[in-house]
Order: sequence, then C-alpha cells, then structure tokens
Amino acid sequence: MRGVFVHASPLPGFGPALGLTLAWVSVIVLMPLAALVMRPWSLGVGGVLASLGSARVLAALKLSFGASLAAAALTVPLGLLVAWVLVRGRFPGRGLADALVDLPLALPTAVAGIALTTLYAPNGWIGGLLAPFGVQLAYALPGIMVALVFAGLPYVVRTVQPVLMDLPAEVEEVAATLGARPLQIVARVVLPALLPALLTGFAMAFARAVGEYGSVIFIAGNMPGLTEIAPLLIVIRLEQFDVAGAAVLALAMLALSFAMLGAVNLLQHYLARTTR
Amino acid sequence: MTARFPPVPVAVVLAALAVLALLVLLPLAVVFAEVLDQGIGRALAAFDDPESQAAIRLSLLVAGISVPVNTLGGLAASWCIARFRFAGRGLLLTFVELPLSVSPVISGLVWVLLFGAQGWFAPALDRLGLQVIFATPGLVLATLFVTFPYVVRQLVPLMLAQGSDEEEAALTLGARPWAMFWHVTLPNVRWALLQGVLLLNARAMGEFGAVSVVSGRIRGQTLTMPLQIEALYNDFQAPAAFSMAALLALLALVTLAAKAALEWHTRRAPDAAWVPA
Repeated sequence: MRGVFVHASPLPGFGPALGLTLAWVSVIVLMPLAALVMRPWSLGVGGVLASLGSARVLAALKLSFGASLAAAALTVPLGLLVAWVLVRGRFPGRGLADALVDLPLALPTAVAGIALTTLYAPNGWIGGLLAPFGVQLAYALPGIMVALVFAGLPYVVRTVQPVLMDLPAEVEEVAATLGARPLQIVARVVLPALLPALLTGFAMAFARAVGEYGSVIFIAGNMPGLTEIAPLLIVIRLEQFDVAGAAVLALAMLALSFAMLGAVNLLQHYLARTTR
Repeated sequence: MTARFPPVPVAVVLAALAVLALLVLLPLAVVFAEVLDQGIGRALAAFDDPESQAAIRLSLLVAGISVPVNTLGGLAASWCIARFRFAGRGLLLTFVELPLSVSPVISGLVWVLLFGAQGWFAPALDRLGLQVIFATPGLVLATLFVTFPYVVRQLVPLMLAQGSDEEEAALTLGARPWAMFWHVTLPNVRWALLQGVLLLNARAMGEFGAVSVVSGRIRGQTLTMPLQIEALYNDFQAPAAFSMAALLALLALVTLAAKAALEWHTRRAPDAAWVPA
C-alpha cells in the first residue's frame, strides 16, 4: 500500500488508523447520507416533482432560504460592528463581551428558542416595549429573523476578528496622512481587506440559518405557508408517516444550500484572483 | 514610532454592546430570571419529577456513549489526515466535516431512512427484534452524526502546524509506536483535544433537532433534556422548562469558561476552527 497510494513516511499506524477512520466515516456519515440521496426516488421522478411542487413545500423553501439570506445579510454588518469594537475598542468588560460572542454556539437551541421567545413575546422584556407601537416580533417573520441572526452572529464575528487583528495600522495611517477622511478609510482601505472574511462569515451564517430548527420553532408561530420553515415541514411530514416526502424536502434543502455555498466559493476564488 | 489606530467612538462601542445585549446577554438573563422569579425552592422541585430525572439520565447516557466513540474516531482520523499524504485525503476531510453543513433535522431523518419502520434495515431489525428509532440507539446514532467532526476540527489544524519532527525523533531514539503516541503525540495536542471533547460533550447534551426526529417523544423514556424542555414548555409548564433550561445554560457557560481558559492557557487567538454548524 505504501509508496503507491500513500507517500512514504517513517510514522507508524497509517493502516489501522485509516481502517478505523473509514469504517467510522462510512457507518456514521456516508451510509446515512446515501440513504437520503436514494430514498426520494422511490416515489419516481414524477412523484418527487409533485412532492416538491406543492404550495406548502414551495412556501417553506422560500421562507427558509429567503429569511436565511436576509438574516445572513443583516448579520454581516452587525457582526462586523461587534468584531470592530472587540478588536479596536478599549473599554472595561471587553474580555467578557468577547466571551459572550460564543454563547449562541454553546447554548442548546431549545434553550435559546424558549429564551428568545420569552424575551421578544408581546409580554416579554423587549416585546413588551415594542407592543404599544404595534410592533410584533415573536410568532411572525421578524421573530424568525431574530433567531437566525442570534444563531449566525458568532460565525461572522469569529471569521472577521482575526483578519481585523492582523490589519496593520500603518496602512490606515498613511491613508489618513494622504488626506482620507475616516469613512473613506473604512470604505476604501479596511472593507476591501475584510471582504473575503465577510463573505465567509456570510456563507457560514447562511448555512447555519437554513438548517436551524430549535431556536426558530418556538418563536416562529409555525403557520403553514406563512411562518413554517422547511426543517419543521420535514418533521411534520415524518409525523404523518410520509417518510419519502420528508426525504424529498430534505434532499432539496441540502442540494440548494450546497449550490449556494458553491456559488460563494466561486466568488471567493474570483475575488482572490482579481485582488492579487 | 509605531502607528496607532484612531480610538473607536463611544457611540460605536455602545452600538456593538447593544447588539450583544439584545441578542445574547438578555436571552441568557431571561433563563435565569425565570428561575429566580419562581423561587429557587420551586425551581429545584422541578427536578423531583421522575420524567425530568429520566431525561437527565438519558442525556448523560447519550453523551457518555457519543463522547468516547467520537473522540477515538476523531483521534484516528486526525492521525491519518494530519500525519500522512495519501490519495483521497482531501475527500476524507470533506466527508468528516460534512455533518457540520447538514441541518440537525436532516441529521435525524437519515437514521429514520435506515432504521425506521419503512427504512432500509427495517426487515432485519424486525427479525432480530431490535428497535433503533423511537429508542435510545436512535438517539445515540443521531448524536454521533452531529458531533462527528468536533475532535478532528480541533486536532487537524494544530497537528499540521506542529509537524511530525518530534514524533520522528522519538521513533529514531527507539520509541515503540504506542510509546510515541502516549509520550509525544498526545501531550502535544492535549489542550486542543480537551477543548474538542468539551465542545463535543456540550453539543451531545444540548442537541435538539436531530434527536427530536428519532425520539418519538415517549415521556420518561426517549426524551433527552432539550426534548423534555420542549415537552414542558408546550405543556404550559414554562417554570419547569426554564429550570431544566437553566441547567443546560449553566453547562454552556461552564463549557465556554473552560474554552476561554484553555485558549488563554495556550495563548491562541480566538479562531473559527471550532465553530460547529
């Protein structure tokens, strides 16, 4: 095996480690995903198309992808703001604020779901402040957006932060010396340098948002055709014993999100080539 | 003289803190406020409920299986990927990280397609009299799937950065393979490994979407802690739901504190390497 398939190495254990890894990957990841790729076709191509074409499915997909795109687009400036202040701000409690950023990743989604709902419901701390103005967040589209931005924020902050840290102050100082105003420096010097990181953060926040379930279903209201996200419709299909229908929707979701992530990757390559 | 960044305006700092407060701090505060509202005594009484105790035991069991299995598998995969160059190495890494890009609900659904009543292996399971879906094995499998990449994500970047010089030196000096692993490889990655295990454990205890699909929601039997929270909340027992939620929130805080301590210990910059999907 060595020499042909694997580069020569003095280190031991390649065979057993690879064997264990392949067995582990096959059983835990590849076999289940193979079932997902193959199962929908038990309906036949016509059945798959009919299942995908139903108004309820289309509405759920449109909501999941539309709200996730909007949420990711909203998370990018918010995440940039937070990363900027964490890197360049000098204020007491900065370390604590920095640690808080990771909380959405560590907090179980069910906990986040009931907490966000309680907070933003019409009788909650924040929802209660907005209710007199006729603004309703929970049990409607804005509530879904709040949950998705919550879930995506750490991805944007944590991809932008290291790049921002490595940005040399000299470049901005030179721009200032040459007469650039602060906003011009941000727009012309800083943002272009951050663009690849912002794109990566956007893609990660989007991917997380599309699949998000726990933190959304409590706050969403879950009205079919209005506030019913695609992952919830998969669960509902399963509860109705429509396993093939659930698999069709799941496969469509995966294919769409991989296509979106592929497009973002292409854009990254294009940016890397044009800016070099 | 080194160049200095201009100070960040106070208004910008306040805006960023407002974002963190509205999205992160207040949701966390709500969980503990709901517990304090009902009084500590009543909040603790929620754990006298046998169903809640069963949920805690089940979560500990699921995490108790998932953590060692995926730690060992993660070590083996990291050893292959970070220490050898072989055909298909990039593909293997892609497969290992695939679960990060799959929705939790789909991570549960795939096991229903294999082991559910209409699944691929349903006839075989029937013959053997085994039940996977709507039972503990299904919960374990769904959790294994979602926590699969955690250890690899921590170890591979670090092991690649460290290189294999020390391991090769140990072998040259006559160390046997396992001695090299125990005395060189493992000590070099121990903090990253510990961090990966902590995050794996937190995800295993907190996973909701994947396990909700395979659980069947049988009270006292197939409800893990997050599923028990949902059941209580939907039953209009919000106080009891928040008691359980506070327990999981504490676990999340302890995990984050440990992660921060480990990062401070190894003086690594905050990175996106551990970010799960």
